[in-house]
Amino acid sequence: MIGGLFIYNHKGEVLISRVYRDDIGRNAVDAFRVNVIHARQQVRSPVTNIARTSFFHVKRSNIWLAAVTKQNVNAAMVFEFLYKMCDVMAAYFGKISEENIKNNFVLIYELLDEILDFGYPQNSETGALKTFITQQGIKSQTKEEQSQITSQVTGQIGWRREGIKYRRNELFLDVLESVNLLMSPQGQVLSAHVSGRVVMKSYLSGMPECKFGMNDKIVIEKQGKGTADETSKRCLSGKQSIAIDDCTFHQCVRLSKFDSERSISFIPPDGEFELMRYRTTKDIILPFRVIPLVREVGRTKLEVKVVIKSNFKPSLLAQKIEVRIPTPLNTSGVQVICMKGKAKYKASENAIVWKIKRMAGMKESQISAEIELLPTNDKKKWARPPISMNFEVPFAPSGLKVRYLKVFEPKLNYSDHDVIKWVRYIGRSGIYETRC
Amino acid sequence: MTDSKYFTTTKKGEIFELKAELNSDKKEKKKEAVKKVIASMTVGKDVSALFPDVVNCMQTDNLELKKLVYLYLMNYAKSQPDMAIMAVNTFVKDCEDPNPLIRALAVRTMGCIRVDKITEYLCEPLRKCLKDEDPYVRKTAAVCVAKLHDINAQLVEDQGFLDTLKDLISDSNPMVVANAVAALSEIAESHPSSNLLDLNPQSINKLLTALNECTEWGQIFILDCLANYMPKDDREAQSICERVTPRLSHANSAVVLSAVKVLMKFMEMLSKDLDYYGTLLKKLAPPLVTLLSAEPELQYVALRNINLIVQKRPEILKHEMKVFFVKYNDPIYVKLEKLDIMIRLASQANIAQVLAELKEYATEVDVDFVRKAVRAIGRCAIKVEQSAERCVSTLLDLIQTKVNYVVQEAIVVIKDIFRKYPNKYESVIATLCENLDSLDEPEARAAMIWIVGEYAERIDNADELLESFLEGFHDESTQVQLQLLTAIVKLFLKKPTETQELVQQVLSLATQDSDNPDLRDRGYIYWRLLSTDPVAAKEVVLAEKPLISEETDLIEPTLLDELICYIGTLASVYHKPPSAFVEGGRGVVHKSLPPRTASSESAESPETAPTGAPPGEQPDVIPAQGDLLGDLLNLDLGPPVSGPPLATSSVQMGAVDLLGGGLDSLIGGTNFVAPPTAAVPANLGAPIGSGLSDLFDLTSGVGTLSGSYVAPKAVGSISMDLQLTNKALQVMTDFAIQFNRNSFGLAPAAPLQVHAPLSPNQTVEISLPLSTVGSVMKMEPLNNLQVAVKNNIDVFYFSTLYPLHILFVEDGKMDRQMFLATWKDIPNENEAQFQIRDCPLNAEAASSKLQSSNIFTVAKRNVEGQDMLYQSLKLTNGIWVLAELRIQPGNPSCTLSLKCRAPEVSQHVYQAYETILKN
Repeated sequence: MIGGLFIYNHKGEVLISRVYRDDIGRNAVDAFRVNVIHARQQVRSPVTNIARTSFFHVKRSNIWLAAVTKQNVNAAMVFEFLYKMCDVMAAYFGKISEENIKNNFVLIYELLDEILDFGYPQNSETGALKTFITQQGIKSQTKEEQSQITSQVTGQIGWRREGIKYRRNELFLDVLESVNLLMSPQGQVLSAHVSGRVVMKSYLSGMPECKFGMNDKIVIEKQGKGTADETSKRCLSGKQSIAIDDCTFHQCVRLSKFDSERSISFIPPDGEFELMRYRTTKDIILPFRVIPLVREVGRTKLEVKVVIKSNFKPSLLAQKIEVRIPTPLNTSGVQVICMKGKAKYKASENAIVWKIKRMAGMKESQISAEIELLPTNDKKKWARPPISMNFEVPFAPSGLKVRYLKVFEPKLNYSDHDVIKWVRYIGRSGIYETRC
Repeated sequence: MTDSKYFTTTKKGEIFELKAELNSDKKEKKKEAVKKVIASMTVGKDVSALFPDVVNCMQTDNLELKKLVYLYLMNYAKSQPDMAIMAVNTFVKDCEDPNPLIRALAVRTMGCIRVDKITEYLCEPLRKCLKDEDPYVRKTAAVCVAKLHDINAQLVEDQGFLDTLKDLISDSNPMVVANAVAALSEIAESHPSSNLLDLNPQSINKLLTALNECTEWGQIFILDCLANYMPKDDREAQSICERVTPRLSHANSAVVLSAVKVLMKFMEMLSKDLDYYGTLLKKLAPPLVTLLSAEPELQYVALRNINLIVQKRPEILKHEMKVFFVKYNDPIYVKLEKLDIMIRLASQANIAQVLAELKEYATEVDVDFVRKAVRAIGRCAIKVEQSAERCVSTLLDLIQTKVNYVVQEAIVVIKDIFRKYPNKYESVIATLCENLDSLDEPEARAAMIWIVGEYAERIDNADELLESFLEGFHDESTQVQLQLLTAIVKLFLKKPTETQELVQQVLSLATQDSDNPDLRDRGYIYWRLLSTDPVAAKEVVLAEKPLISEETDLIEPTLLDELICYIGTLASVYHKPPSAFVEGGRGVVHKSLPPRTASSESAESPETAPTGAPPGEQPDVIPAQGDLLGDLLNLDLGPPVSGPPLATSSVQMGAVDLLGGGLDSLIGGTNFVAPPTAAVPANLGAPIGSGLSDLFDLTSGVGTLSGSYVAPKAVGSISMDLQLTNKALQVMTDFAIQFNRNSFGLAPAAPLQVHAPLSPNQTVEISLPLSTVGSVMKMEPLNNLQVAVKNNIDVFYFSTLYPLHILFVEDGKMDRQMFLATWKDIPNENEAQFQIRDCPLNAEAASSKLQSSNIFTVAKRNVEGQDMLYQSLKLTNGIWVLAELRIQPGNPSCTLSLKCRAPEVSQHVYQAYETILKN
């Protein structure tokens, strides 16, 4: 199991050091600094073995978090724990920075004592932790409160406490998708997938039972089998169902029920959480197409022309569009002409950055650039990195639709109809690249 | 709130100031001071001098302050054990606090303080906390048992905590169950044979139920534990798989990977014809692909595991090639791993896509990545024959780029392609030769030279090319030198007329001017071949070469199976078994996949033989029983306790060839020394029987060697003579020896002393003094002794049978009255009778011979012409054996009757008699 946990700043100074196991000595702290943080070359692996001691690290801005062990631990668990640790810290004091860590070091030690016992991760749900790790002490609690805390921390529903009350029961669903594309210069899709998340913000009283439904092909087809009427309905709505390659759920979702009935039921944590993640690869709506044209004119000049085409309903607007066209390292000057938006050559990034604030569907726009090159005798050819794109669109490129989210709270007197529900779809670019 | 100020105090006299503040009356000031202390501790300053002052702050209602003091204690208690005692009272009091959070905090902290005296005080509170009404306290106490076990394993056993912990597996609270499972699994790792977890269908059911309810971390503990279970048949395996598959949709990647581990392992037991088997295969792919959208560090762990899974079961991911395409912004470690998997998945169906990708990668920036991409193209050519032509042309394109390392890498792989498809692509040789000058890496130079030599007849200027290399012969690396030598000899055999001078030059360079033995020997061999029989030389040097195999870097199957059992863990990331990177005995138990079984067949134990297990012919090597093996593996190989010495006269029991020849073998002979005079405290009265017998057939013990009776070496001690022969090719050092628990508590009394490293084929003889104060466990047969010898290469296991008379002590003479009373007292069913044949000794001689081995004649009488000897002996553990030996003058056989309260020993005493009398 995890033998110790260290947090360093960018210089390699220790900000937090907590040792859980006897086999980890103080010298481990220095070993990591010397061999990883101060190492000359780029880090080649997130797991490093130094003198039979294994170090797992993740970096958040310029802060290093390292878990140390001498045993054959579950490596995936260690990384999951480190991410979780970051989430918990962020939930308590915001951004993970040297200043915030120093300002909260007592709190961090207290958290580390609670969420990792002898190197075994314990309950690390912030909702539960915040009920008793407050930095104000817990003397004032009554006996009932104490047992409520402990039963929540250890219980089946560790992520929600009892007795939550809201005057207005409200919930927000965000379907956030990032669409990833790798396209060949000829416009052939080499790989494309959508990785999506359903994020829920719930302000519901009591212990509500929720059931979430979407246009999952498997579910729709199952229901379609019911009656003949519905079969015809399915034909109509058939195109609207989507094939989900795989999905994972927040720990509140009853997985066995999903496995057997494919229904998504859960008691949500209070506040914001990620209900599910999913991945689709079929029938993706690619919001933009990039058509590159690069011509080498002699040895000292490149002509680049890039056309982008928006491919969605004309009534919708894409935002924050940015196209990055890489330029060779020996670029000496660039002239750009674009029809829409603004384009600039950024020498420090070796790229032409073309920004467009808004663009409606079914439109196209174009940029052309002349790149002057310094003559070099460098034998190595320019690697021609792909043209990448960023954007945001108000729909889900996978085609996912929320069909319902039903809320049942048998003990309190509010019904599903009383709950105010909001649904929003945002599609963003993930790694959206076209080779040129 | 700004705590960062605590980090900035660097004034002189700081400790003194802090001391004053810690003793302040004001609570706030105290707390501030403790915070400063903790801040100093974090940055590595020594603040142990403040120990008493900090501990004084412990008695407080302020929980935050208390936690800070506890944190300090955990860090410094070990360095100040005496003062740490001061804290005990508060701990014990806190364990009784009405607030469950405080009770848990106290027991949690106490477990982290590794001071013996505190540990003693921990037992009572811990016992209470394990049965606390509050689940939070119980779950904390469960982990505390593991902590205590790490400090003092014996104490945990003695106090019965293990049983309490086992009970917690049936606890109503899922988190308590999960922590108990984690603690038990960890403890079980250091006692692999103890069957601590005692997994059976009922307990598995409990775990599977808890799996649905506990936290994500708890699910990981439980799944990892389940993976060690061995279902009794395929039906059970399937039903467990069915209940584990829902975990594949968990958001936590570690839960997913642990579930994959359970499924991969249990799948072994399912028949491939089952519909369910196919369903399961299909279910595994999507979650594995989803892992690739996790954060890069987790992607890396996932990819290392997928690499194993693809090798074990390629069918799972064969359609998922695209997801392993490298993204421009992937970290380099992710890129390299993806590339590896792409090659493994390459097939005729997807080769076009793969090649297009690889070509793209070969133009990237990172040198390692580019090299690997080029190499991958070569591997594709070898793996998918249809693609070979395209691969070769792609490689030629890359050579045209003239990027130095790309060219070199391409030449290395083209050499392999030539070997796979001879006489097909040699037309490209001309292009390769153009790049001769730019090659500066040994591997590329050697590859190019090989090509020139191999195809010398098609290259007009082959002799010139090779000659150009010859100029700097001594500056080349060995690899290039060897290749050059061979290439020129090949050239000579193909074009003998023009190249005589050249071959003589290289032979003399290799044999006379080089001090590299490999090079010199190869030179001489060629020289003699060429000078004695050129025809034979041609046959040897230009012999047809076997085609190279498709996959070159596959993990060896037994290792792969073991690694599959470690999916998700560090072992799967390193692709090495845990023993390669974990110190000591922990977690070194070898795991292996279950055998495929039909319902009726029972599965073998999961922890079967270690790698390099011996072939069947050595009868006495241990590994057949998994649990025994585990026991040995986890014995601590430290220096043993020295015990009182015993008697003499050694009987060579035989040398056992343990690990059956080859690299892994090592010979051990164990000679036992029998005691004529003995002085051993008779301890540990385990109920072991005795009897009388006569003397025969010593060799029945250890399969291979016959026994011989050796004169006593030292009086009054038991010792074991070992003969260690190094049959490996490498030097052996760092020997250590350890005995498994045995019937009479035999244990080494001193460390194994092998003074010099043992070079290959060298033999040493060592005499190891033994004591009888080790732990006792009844063995079958009784005189079986299992021995582990460790060295820098591996751990070797032996078992041997020792003659019982080495254990006879010298105060074994019983008083006559006592003898009579005891004889009558022992029930008749405990009497055993044996015949000792071919023993033409008279009573006198027998008596004196026996006496020298501590068998004492108490009385003697003559009945009807037969001599009756009444004898007694005592074993090191205090068991008395009474004997009646009837000798008939003129008759070579005599009769031995043995009576003992522990009749099991009779057979062995009889054998001892036989041995002694016949020598």
